[in-house]
Amino acid sequence: MKNTSVAELKNIAKDLRKKAVTMIYEAQSGHPGGSLSAADFVTACYFREMNVDPKNPKWEDRDRFVLSKGHVCPIQYAALGTLGYFPEEELHTLRQEGSHLQGHPNMKCPGIDIATGSLGQGLACAVGMALAGKRDGKKYRVFSAVGDGECQEGEIWEACQTAYKYQLDNLIVFVDNNNLQIDGTTDEVMPNIDLGDKFAAFGFDVYRIDGNDMQQIVDTFERIKMRHNGKPKCIFAQTVKGKGVSYMENVGSWHGVAPNKEEYEQAMKELEEGF
Amino acid sequence: MKKIATRQGFGEEIVALGKEDNGIYVVDVDIGKSCKTTDFAKQLPNQHVNVGIAEQNAAGVAAGLATCGKTPFVVTYAVFGSLRMCEMIRQEIAYTNLNVKIACSHGGLTPANDGASHQAIEDMGVLRTIPNMTVIMPADYVAAKKLVRAAATTYGPMFLRFTRDNIPVIYDEDVVLEIGKAHQIQDGKDVAIIANGDTVCLAIEAAKKLAEEGLSARVLDMHTIKPLDVEAVKACVNDIGKIVTVEDHNILNGLGSAVCEVVAEMGAGKVKRIGVQDQFGESAPYERLMAKNGITIENIVAQAKALQ
Ligand SMILES: Cc1ncc(C[n+]2csc(CCOP(=O)(O)OP(=O)(O)O)c2C)c(N)n1
Ligand SMILES: [Mg+2]
Repeated sequence: MKNTSVAELKNIAKDLRKKAVTMIYEAQSGHPGGSLSAADFVTACYFREMNVDPKNPKWEDRDRFVLSKGHVCPIQYAALGTLGYFPEEELHTLRQEGSHLQGHPNMKCPGIDIATGSLGQGLACAVGMALAGKRDGKKYRVFSAVGDGECQEGEIWEACQTAYKYQLDNLIVFVDNNNLQIDGTTDEVMPNIDLGDKFAAFGFDVYRIDGNDMQQIVDTFERIKMRHNGKPKCIFAQTVKGKGVSYMENVGSWHGVAPNKEEYEQAMKELEEGF
Repeated sequence: MKKIATRQGFGEEIVALGKEDNGIYVVDVDIGKSCKTTDFAKQLPNQHVNVGIAEQNAAGVAAGLATCGKTPFVVTYAVFGSLRMCEMIRQEIAYTNLNVKIACSHGGLTPANDGASHQAIEDMGVLRTIPNMTVIMPADYVAAKKLVRAAATTYGPMFLRFTRDNIPVIYDEDVVLEIGKAHQIQDGKDVAIIANGDTVCLAIEAAKKLAEEGLSARVLDMHTIKPLDVEAVKACVNDIGKIVTVEDHNILNGLGSAVCEVVAEMGAGKVKRIGVQDQFGESAPYERLMAKNGITIENIVAQAKALQ
């Protein structure tokens, strides 16, 4: 845990966004939209809230981070590389043969607590980690990011049941509610109605925020810290898919496509100036 | 040589089939765009369902539709269409012997960039062990269209596997392919190469190389690994006695294993299996992943020679 200011965090988020888009551009493959919508949460976790040691990624008492929506790993890799979990140059090897930075997170990459990429499964693993922490009397917490489309998987709700039953108030689930998935908007493909209400009905404390507003994320973390009431936490965050790159914002087709040279240069410019 | 992904062939043929028969349904799980069902969804909205990212539910919904006389195609990636939905397929589709087709893109190592999480190397083997299932992988774009049509018009639960990436078009439009029957591409007397899916084009090239070295190969496209064309395998044993199998799948329980089962029971004949070496893939170019597992023209040639 660090006392990084909101202003500093915003700068870091800008840097991570640029790195993630650069990685995807260089690999000409990967998922920019959801990387950008989750960028602020990932930044706040790694650069302020989480108790981690990049030099000792397997430290038993560390906070865990489970990117259940594993396709947006470039943004997590950017955070890990910047913090020195592995040499920052490796950020140029996304999706290359032999790289730690696989198309979807795997355990060989320092700082990855569990392999993900098949949607719906990460949250259950996060629950297992949080449960072990409780049983072992550890102070660590588990942070997990899930997609709004991903919440259509039944296993998400099976995991929620377990989190409630075992009173996992050390589990913090960030729902990246960008209202887009692959085949269209979430409302078109499969209406989620109100995921905040659903998590509340499953026994979570729900915090409704703008998930691209760093101040709100930090404030929410402060509120969560005050509540040891046996209930798992859900940050139900309205976000913008593609946040920070005008032509990607709220455009579904930028889910899993890499920018070309021109688009990349524009993205870098906008990210630099916009924040 | 022209190259087209076989998922494209599926996407085109399913529209034609849907127009001919309004009982043909597509059940999508939010990857219609990459599995090529967007045209179907647009043109035949009344025969289209998108259940969201919920594969297990899709299997059940398809089973329900099938009990009401529909012919649903559940469309997803091969990893999810075999393993994620596995027990639902077993219980609600295969045990019930319903007319549901699981049509999957991203077969084998073809989703190369995405890494191991998305590369289906166990799917055909797992599905093969479920009673009533038919398991098919077409060898090119043309074969995909033909076999999708055959699947739609033949009763029973079936798993069809397509490539994500482009592969060579090897067949003319008038090729005849029948579910459960090996397709002989050429005859030969020194070795039989039995392949399927994206490795058939490698088998053809290997046969050419062998011919240059004075060895003639029989090349079979074993697009259906279940029911296996046992007679075709027996003929290879009886006529030639030396078989190389090639597949973009784990060497365990796929085409090579199916062929070996027949050969072992005959107590005659020798087999070399080429396929994924019981190891997970990674993010890398498709050709590199194939090479790392010895799924190459050179290795087919080498194994064929080793049998001589
Ligand atoms: C089990 C499973 N089904 C399908 C996919 C393919 N897929 C990758 S991303 C995605 C859409 C995800 O949407 P959402 O969860 O809203 O993520 P975001 O919008 O944050 O990118 C899908 C369907 C997958 N990775 N795993
Ligand atoms: Mg989304």
